[in-house]
Amino acid sequence: MYKYILRRLLQMIPVLLGSTFIIFAMVFALPGDPTAGMCGERPCAPAFVAKFKQEHNLNDPLPTRYAKYMGNLAQGDLGTTFRDIKVADELKQRYPTTAKLAGMAIIFETLIGVIAGVMAGIRKGKFMDNLVLVSTLFVIAIPIFVIGATLQYYLGVKWGLRPVTVSPQATVNELLLPAFVLGSTSVAYVARLTRTNLVENLRADYLRTAIAKGLTRRRAIGLHALRNSLIPVVTFIGADFGGLLGGAIVTERIFNIQGVGGYLFTGIHNRDGVSVVGTVTVLVLVFLLVNLLVDLLYGVLDPRISHD
Amino acid sequence: MTTSETMARESAKSSGQTYKPQDGLLLEVEDLHVEFHTPDGIARAINGVNFDLFEGQTLAILGESGSGKSVTAQAIMGILDMPPAVIPKGQIRYCGQDLLTMPDEQRRRTRGPEISMVFQDALSSLNPVFPVGWQIAEMFRVHRGMNKSDALERAVKLMQRVQIPAAKERVGAYPHQFSGGMRQRIMIAMAIALDPAVLIADEPTTALDVTVQAQIMALLQELQEERQMGLILITHDLGVVANVADKIAVMYAGRIVERADVYDLYRQPGHPYTKGLLESIPRLDQKGQQLAAIGGLPPNLMRIPEGCAFNPRCKFAQDVCREDRPALLEVAPGRESACHFAEEVLHG
Amino acid sequence: MTEASTIAVGAETSAPAGHDEARSLTSDAWRSLKKNPIFWVSMALIVAFLLMAVWPSLFTNVDPAEAVLKQARERPSANAWFGRDIQGYDIYSRTIYGARASILVGVFASIATVLIGGAMGVIAGYYGGWLDAVVSRVTDIFFAIPLLLGGILFMATFPNDVDSPYLLVVGKVVLVLSIFGWPGLARLMRSSVLQVKPNDYVQAARALGATPWRIIRAHVLPNALAPMIVVATINLGVFISVEATLSFLGIGLTPPAISWGVAISDAIVALRTTPHILLFPSLFLSLAVLAFIMLGDAVRDAFDPKSR
Repeated sequence: MYKYILRRLLQMIPVLLGSTFIIFAMVFALPGDPTAGMCGERPCAPAFVAKFKQEHNLNDPLPTRYAKYMGNLAQGDLGTTFRDIKVADELKQRYPTTAKLAGMAIIFETLIGVIAGVMAGIRKGKFMDNLVLVSTLFVIAIPIFVIGATLQYYLGVKWGLRPVTVSPQATVNELLLPAFVLGSTSVAYVARLTRTNLVENLRADYLRTAIAKGLTRRRAIGLHALRNSLIPVVTFIGADFGGLLGGAIVTERIFNIQGVGGYLFTGIHNRDGVSVVGTVTVLVLVFLLVNLLVDLLYGVLDPRISHD
Repeated sequence: MTTSETMARESAKSSGQTYKPQDGLLLEVEDLHVEFHTPDGIARAINGVNFDLFEGQTLAILGESGSGKSVTAQAIMGILDMPPAVIPKGQIRYCGQDLLTMPDEQRRRTRGPEISMVFQDALSSLNPVFPVGWQIAEMFRVHRGMNKSDALERAVKLMQRVQIPAAKERVGAYPHQFSGGMRQRIMIAMAIALDPAVLIADEPTTALDVTVQAQIMALLQELQEERQMGLILITHDLGVVANVADKIAVMYAGRIVERADVYDLYRQPGHPYTKGLLESIPRLDQKGQQLAAIGGLPPNLMRIPEGCAFNPRCKFAQDVCREDRPALLEVAPGRESACHFAEEVLHG
Repeated sequence: MTEASTIAVGAETSAPAGHDEARSLTSDAWRSLKKNPIFWVSMALIVAFLLMAVWPSLFTNVDPAEAVLKQARERPSANAWFGRDIQGYDIYSRTIYGARASILVGVFASIATVLIGGAMGVIAGYYGGWLDAVVSRVTDIFFAIPLLLGGILFMATFPNDVDSPYLLVVGKVVLVLSIFGWPGLARLMRSSVLQVKPNDYVQAARALGATPWRIIRAHVLPNALAPMIVVATINLGVFISVEATLSFLGIGLTPPAISWGVAISDAIVALRTTPHILLFPSLFLSLAVLAFIMLGDAVRDAFDPKSR
């Protein structure tokens, strides 16, 4: 197990270096004016351009610049915007809201997705199965901002069942609908994945053994088959976390949530490039971290992976 | 043993039925039929199978794939997928009680404590994500209501009984960490955990190396003698069962075509199919000769030939074989054959 | 007891492998596809959207750029079938013209990702060794940056101007979706190649001195193509969805380019008073995504009947 963790950590290093390099290269190393689109609609003030060039060592050779960029990242320095605000400070203030939102969305996607997938899988080919398959197809196809806007209009504006927007406090109650919207696409994927895996595992030899052991159907399916079916679901939730972060930007924009995503949207809207780049970099790093955790969890869940 | 455990055991016992064999008769399979209803039609996998199994007896069921031998085993165990499988006719009586008409819950309680099964491929038949000890202990926890640590202790004892080295240390290991032979021992430990009266072994050694095959058969035989179980050995390999079985039933196209004591059957087959099987075994004393194989293919179970199902492949076949299906009749003391020309086959 | 004493009666006849198998699989798949109503529904939708993209004037003769400010926010009427949006544009006409951007982005990003991902996968899978190690790590690195986040980063760094030509605006979105969209296909292709490569007929072809390109074309591609087509079709829907999301966030396609994402973004502002503005672009966008996902699903079911 320790070997496995170590191997995973080592494998993570080139990916971490590589992905930060791509971000660095795209923003700072490609030809063109790096301050274009960093200061709103107008060109940047010469003072900001000078400061930006100095801060990002644009006069140094490329490898030095990358090393310094990584050094800044490691120290938590994400740059200063043209309004002279440190991006890291902004994010520090806002991340709890987004974490809450994403956490609630993951709870939704796991709970509803797995339950729907199990209900479909154990009744393969029956009404419930077809209902889940068709409804998830629609949910997958409808972009999240359409789902968000529609639910906001009906549940919030028209019927007044839910708050239309979220206050800066972002209480759990206020976040229920946004989290549901954010998790909706993933709910559909989790349901389909659970169903497919369960159907496959219900045909597995070891399930026949479980029945031959005299286990109840509930125990054979709910413990033996489900335990195996959920392993790929966990992997999916990790891989999907990137999509969830992207969705959070959209969801926070629709429901006017003051989180990281809302900040990013405002940054895009105001053409504040420094805050956009800083925020996206952090989100990519969080995504990598979550994937590492999921990989480790995968090793715990599937002994065939970690015990070799 | 704690009080709660005692109570759990009591309740497990009191709610469970007790089964007592009459004159050592454990299992009676009578006129069993199994069909598979598929989109392409009805496949008649078993077409009237009869046999009995007594305490301490080892019955080998021999046949090629599609002969219905595994389906018979699964029907007895109650693990056929229904649908597509349908049992339109027949009885499977365990200690006098018909398993097929028994309520589901009562039937479930027979699986493990009364009738138990060992499968062919132990790697896929064991759950990959649970430790082997846990999987054995599950028998005690589910059927006997034991707590985790007691059940695990019993699991270790069983692993020792089936000769797994360092059982205590390996109780927490996972199936993929064992060799094929060790995994099959674990399957066997699990199957005998609750001291069943009937053990069904479905091709228990097919997936194993030849040397390991012999060890596993020896273990099965030893356990069977020790516990006086009724053992049903399903196989396509005459060699595997020769030293172990008391009686052999040969199946073809969902019917038993010949039944005899092992020795008799080897010495003098009473059915052309059995004869063909025996002749296709390579023998050292016939070195250099052409190996006899049975011509043709096993029948399509959706279109089993009229008359004797074996007639298209049989060198004894006459018109009568294409019209009348021969019944399984006694052709000599203690042996039965379903062939119009059984006498000729026996003595010819 | 020896191996030789085994009576191997009724041994399974091994299926002939190679291209015959692939070919008959294709014709089987086509036969079952023809019977699947979902296939025809999705094809009809796709043809309709393609027509809209190529000849929008076939569906409407209203100029989508003609704003009648006086009639802004007008509800659907005989004059403007879907009503008018907040700037007085005819929504029906804008929705029809919006198809072009989505289809262009989806089709070209799919083609590009299939080419890049396919080539990378073949190189990694067929040649193996250090080449595989390098290509696989590069794939991992690009895989680590979620599509939408990569898109935001790129588009924020290279923002559109009001006078950017249409094809440049579309081209940028295609470029960024291709840069971050290929790794999944590369992994898929690599595993397909690894599956095909050890087969005897491939080894035989190598031993007979066939060139790598010939082996890949004759033996590897026919077997690896089906899963590739399925995923690429589904991805086409996903790309349309991501394009719309980027446009919704204000950095994908930007006005004056007409895009469903932009229309939906504008409509959300007016959601409380005039929800009809949101309806039609959302509906068309969802149907377009749905059509491609359904097509991909149908093709997969046809090639892999077990999955149903």
